[in-house]
Amino acid sequence: MADQQQPWRAWPRLAVHLALLPLALLIFDAATGRLSVNPIQDMTLRTGKAALALLMLSLACTPLNRLLGWKWAVALRKPLGLYSFLYVCLHLLVFAVADYRLDPALIGQAIAEKRYVLAGLASFALLLPLALTSTRGAMRRLGRWWRRLHRLVYAAAALAVLHYLWLSKVWREPALWGVALVILLLARLPIVRPPRAHGDRHRFLLPGAQAQHPQISPERHLQQSKIRNPQSKMASAAPSSGSARPARAQGHPDAGGEPPQQAQHGEHGPRPVDQRRRPQGARQQQGDDPAHDEQALPELRPEPPGPALSHQIAGAPGDDQE
Amino acid sequence: MRGIPSSEITPEHVYLSRRRFMAATGALGAMLALGACGASPDTSPTAPADTRTDELGDRLNSFEQITTYNNYYEFTTDKQRVARLARDFRVSPWEVAVGGLARRPRVFGLEDLLRFEQEERIYRLRCVEGWSMVIPWLGFPLRRLLAEVEPLAAARYVRFETVLRPEEMPGQRDRFYPWPYVEGLRLDEAMHDLTLLATGLYGRSLTPQNGAPLRLVGPWKYGFYANVNPDVPHPRWSQATERRIGEGGRRPTLPFNGYAEEVAALYAGLDLRVNF
Ligand code: HEM
Repeated sequence: MADQQQPWRAWPRLAVHLALLPLALLIFDAATGRLSVNPIQDMTLRTGKAALALLMLSLACTPLNRLLGWKWAVALRKPLGLYSFLYVCLHLLVFAVADYRLDPALIGQAIAEKRYVLAGLASFALLLPLALTSTRGAMRRLGRWWRRLHRLVYAAAALAVLHYLWLSKVWREPALWGVALVILLLARLPIVRPPRAHGDRHRFLLPGAQAQHPQISPERHLQQSKIRNPQSKMASAAPSSGSARPARAQGHPDAGGEPPQQAQHGEHGPRPVDQRRRPQGARQQQGDDPAHDEQALPELRPEPPGPALSHQIAGAPGDDQE
Repeated sequence: MRGIPSSEITPEHVYLSRRRFMAATGALGAMLALGACGASPDTSPTAPADTRTDELGDRLNSFEQITTYNNYYEFTTDKQRVARLARDFRVSPWEVAVGGLARRPRVFGLEDLLRFEQEERIYRLRCVEGWSMVIPWLGFPLRRLLAEVEPLAAARYVRFETVLRPEEMPGQRDRFYPWPYVEGLRLDEAMHDLTLLATGLYGRSLTPQNGAPLRLVGPWKYGFYANVNPDVPHPRWSQATERRIGEGGRRPTLPFNGYAEEVAALYAGLDLRVNF
């Protein structure tokens, strides 16, 4: 399966950079005088809208994989999240610099008076640590806390929707975003699962149980590993895509830009010993689950695919227990 | 005006007036137009030359600024698109029916309205969204129109009902809003000399995007006719400061949009923190 999908696998990861389009359009419009006579408002609204849309898209990645089996979506979660953060930063810069000219008194007054600014800032305050800890190193250092920390993305999204609701004259659009967020949250519930979601089932089994039903032969697994390898190089060459990381989303409804398993279970993770002892069967079973491994692997694991794969994959089931 | 919940800007105006003596049907199209109209910018009469100012010394906004940035939900909520969508709006024939608690209710044709002496008034327009413009309107005070119908002693409020033409106004096909837009003023507000029925802009006919053929202008109020009050923080937009279109940065918002001297007496005794 992995090998057959190979040719078009790269596309989502390239397409994710379309996230830069709103910015390009904004710059184009500004450069060619197409903004309105209130350009600051244009910039605020357009960066804000892009930030929210990308954040929601990022949150949608995991459900898309879980419920629809769109495995490629998993790789987009983190880059979408980071692009969203880029727009949030631009949004904040327009507000603080272009609009309020960094005047502390005015900004303080705006925060005190306008609850929507407070909500926006709170959302930003939650997104900031998530963006800062999106690096490989941070994942490793934080271990299991990384995931817990990154669940905050849902709170950040809720605050962003609240921000939008409070600033809108007309509640319809923010309300629609709110509904979308609720749906995404519901999709997290374990009961909301398709009968045969790809590679999903094991998450609800005890770790030990997984070893008992390997789904592919070791040979086939090996073959997949080899194929993955070139891909991993590609991903490492373009780290900004972040494509390598979000693999673990597949197994985790609470994805939202979460790290792959190895962040917690790599050599420096909290349960390294455990992982290395994982029986061969577990590895194979996991290996059959492309969303789980393939993208996660390369960036974080420069080592040759064989052993690295086994560390990483073996660690995965443990994640679910948290 | 009376205590409009500040959270209600667009659709809720319907609640505004309980007692009414005037119903203006089919007219006053641009009450939602917080901004201003839009016409072909290439024919801008401002040219580079108009250096006039308002009484506070603030320069006029350009014709182009005024006519390309319009809050006019009957067409669209996109301020930059209003001008295009409104281009073919039929502004004549036009009638304004004035009735209710009036001794001589009547229907005015646009010609009748243009017979009132037209004067230029340079007013600041402060949008609740936090931006403002200085606009040279042409028109006549509403009180002259009201005088013609002779309000009865019992009349306390004026209720305005604006044009409903979904065929021509795409925004009105959106059932999300209760069309037509309805707005109200206290009678003494309506009779105040500052309250203008605008028929023109920059010395020429009003452009459709700015509310042609007839637009109600109360310069001490936001576009939705609550009083401009910098001491009342609006939950959505800070009202302490504003962005003047064409300027960088922000400037302080004045009480009653700078018209306190003229209108503060209207609200003497009212707690303006509540009644704005
Ligand atoms: C960092 C602190 C933030 C500040 C100070 C801030 C400030 C603002 C301001 C001033 C507006 C424009 C209000 C108006 O003119 O009507 C706005 C709009 C908006 N902001 Fe924020 N914001 C912040 C964070 C965020 C975040 C984190 C998001 C989403 C992830 C966001 C999404 C939006 C959206 C969707 C809009 C409305 C866009 C529209 O109406 O088309 N903001 N924000």
